[in-house]
Amino acid sequence: MTNDKLPIWRDNRFWRITLQLVAVFLAAVVVVILWGNLNRNLRQLGIQFGFDFLKQQASFDIGETLITYKPTDTYSNALWVGLINSLRVAIAGIFLTTIVGVSAGIARLSDNWLVRNISMVYVEVFRNTPLLLQLLFWYFAVFLSFPKTENKISFWGFIGVSQNGLEFPWFTLSPEFSALLLGLTFYTGAFIAEIVRGGIQSVAKGQWEAARSLGLKPGLVMRLVIFPQALRVIIPPLTSQYLNLTKNTSLAIAIGYPDIYFVASTTFNQTGKAVEVILLIMLTYLILSLTISVAMNLFNRTVQIKER
Amino acid sequence: MRKSALILAIAPLVFAIAACGGESGQTANTASTPGSSAAPATRNRWDTIKSRGQLICGVSGEIPGFSFVGTDGKYSGIDVDICRAIAAALFDNPDAVEFRNLNSKERFTALQTGEVDILSRNTTWTLSRDSSVGLEFAPVVFYDGQALMVRKNSGIKSLADLKDKAICVQTGTTTEQNLADQMRKRGITYKPVVFEDVNVTFATYAQGRCDGITADRSALVSRRTTLPKPEDNEILEEVISSEPLAPAIAKGDAKFGDALKWVVYSLVKAEELGITSQNVGQFASSNDPDIKRFLGTEGNLGEGLGLTKDFAARIIKHVGNYAEIYDRNLGPKTKLNLARGQNQLWSKGGLLYSPPFR
Repeated sequence: MTNDKLPIWRDNRFWRITLQLVAVFLAAVVVVILWGNLNRNLRQLGIQFGFDFLKQQASFDIGETLITYKPTDTYSNALWVGLINSLRVAIAGIFLTTIVGVSAGIARLSDNWLVRNISMVYVEVFRNTPLLLQLLFWYFAVFLSFPKTENKISFWGFIGVSQNGLEFPWFTLSPEFSALLLGLTFYTGAFIAEIVRGGIQSVAKGQWEAARSLGLKPGLVMRLVIFPQALRVIIPPLTSQYLNLTKNTSLAIAIGYPDIYFVASTTFNQTGKAVEVILLIMLTYLILSLTISVAMNLFNRTVQIKER
Repeated sequence: MRKSALILAIAPLVFAIAACGGESGQTANTASTPGSSAAPATRNRWDTIKSRGQLICGVSGEIPGFSFVGTDGKYSGIDVDICRAIAAALFDNPDAVEFRNLNSKERFTALQTGEVDILSRNTTWTLSRDSSVGLEFAPVVFYDGQALMVRKNSGIKSLADLKDKAICVQTGTTTEQNLADQMRKRGITYKPVVFEDVNVTFATYAQGRCDGITADRSALVSRRTTLPKPEDNEILEEVISSEPLAPAIAKGDAKFGDALKWVVYSLVKAEELGITSQNVGQFASSNDPDIKRFLGTEGNLGEGLGLTKDFAARIIKHVGNYAEIYDRNLGPKTKLNLARGQNQLWSKGGLLYSPPFR
């Protein structure tokens, strides 16, 4: 092998490494300048940067909690309560919205005129209005308009609907939780419906015809042939919608549901530690989102392999 | 092999930079107890305001009687008048103020970052706000207390009747913590329903979701007038906590702090001396040395504060004394009609007391 030594500045590798070093250096300089600026300004105000406030007593109550919580617990306990509340809505929401979205998406392609158009109206209305308005509508116009718990409306003898929320024999879902869950479900469901419709339409028409010619009924065609192939196209945008739903749970504060964002903003209002609390919330949502992404990407890979 | 060489080369570089830049921040991070402050540097916001020619005042804009935007776009209220008094003292023009609406969540950050010069927003003066939030409070302009509003036909007469009931509360305020403390003290369990927006809180109460709503008594009185049937609601006599409401500025500006203090005291002093916006002209020719010093016809008290010697006269002329401000916003002729109660001069049994102007 020839050993011709290029001058160092003609060597491609040298330039690649050097430019990367310079970029990292500049990025580090920017971060350090911002950090120094933050510290200087905080010092001028006499505020300390630190996470010690998490060990202080919260001294505020939280309306709904799955784990036991008292106002004498620490701020970090309160944040855990908020996180669990957020997860409740996110998990139930993802589950329900998938059902709603897939049904609406398939209904959009139905041969039945009524089913098709009802689905279209649902999708257009819920996609084109702001989510906050929809949540306020669910809360005020729907749940708070129900009668008081003494005169609750009963469905099938075991679901009671009143101003106290949805009352089941063993537990009650508060109106805040129900309004948030239903609002998010139907809003995200409209987007998922369109994704599902697009996915189904992306499957080659030949597949339909081949399946019908085998003698399969339309329902079985959809379930056994078309939908599994459509899943490949549906899953990536579906992941985005799940992430949207998870992040949109932060609107809970507008209708009084104590999720993590609500607890964090109460914490920051009472301790004045704006920067630390914002960092915590960002980290929380980042971890939640990355978890969902990773899970969905794994699912995506299993769907891909089935093809060949 | 190449990748690890790259990392080995970059890592010490980054650490070196971080160490250099971080040193400026290290001194602030050494103490580990929350809320302990390093010595704050002096700011010169006072000079900034003077050179700008306008005061930027953070208010709520949604509390009738304290800071409220009318249908004509004009701001009115006690908090608003305090800012106008400062503008009158500085620029002889009470309208040299820009008002910015802030909700209860963003109010402190807006002040800390310098977006507003002063926060005149129904804020309670507490120890933690004075220390760990980095605020400096002026003298109290309104002595309030937290109370509860319920519907007359609910049969609730005291806090104990609220056992296991839902109470509407606004988030991030002292109200939340006080309610939790009082209920804990009495051992009463309840269900808080907490909202970010004050309008949503009252609307939810009006809809019947909550059996009670708690806020400062003045806020309850003022918002009750906006409910669909005000007469159906009553405010319980029980006082849950004291809420001294005072304007606040960011910590570290001694000049601004002193001037603000004496602007507020001048309102009380004027009422003590009997000077109003109507008769301030006649008092200028008074023989009383107290009044002469106060109005600036003799001596130069304002100089030490960075104000003119007739700053008190300017304030009274343009905005009025404390009694006039109170009557204009919360007096018998307004819808609120709040009795002065503790907000009366010390000589008449209230808590308003001004140190001497000398």
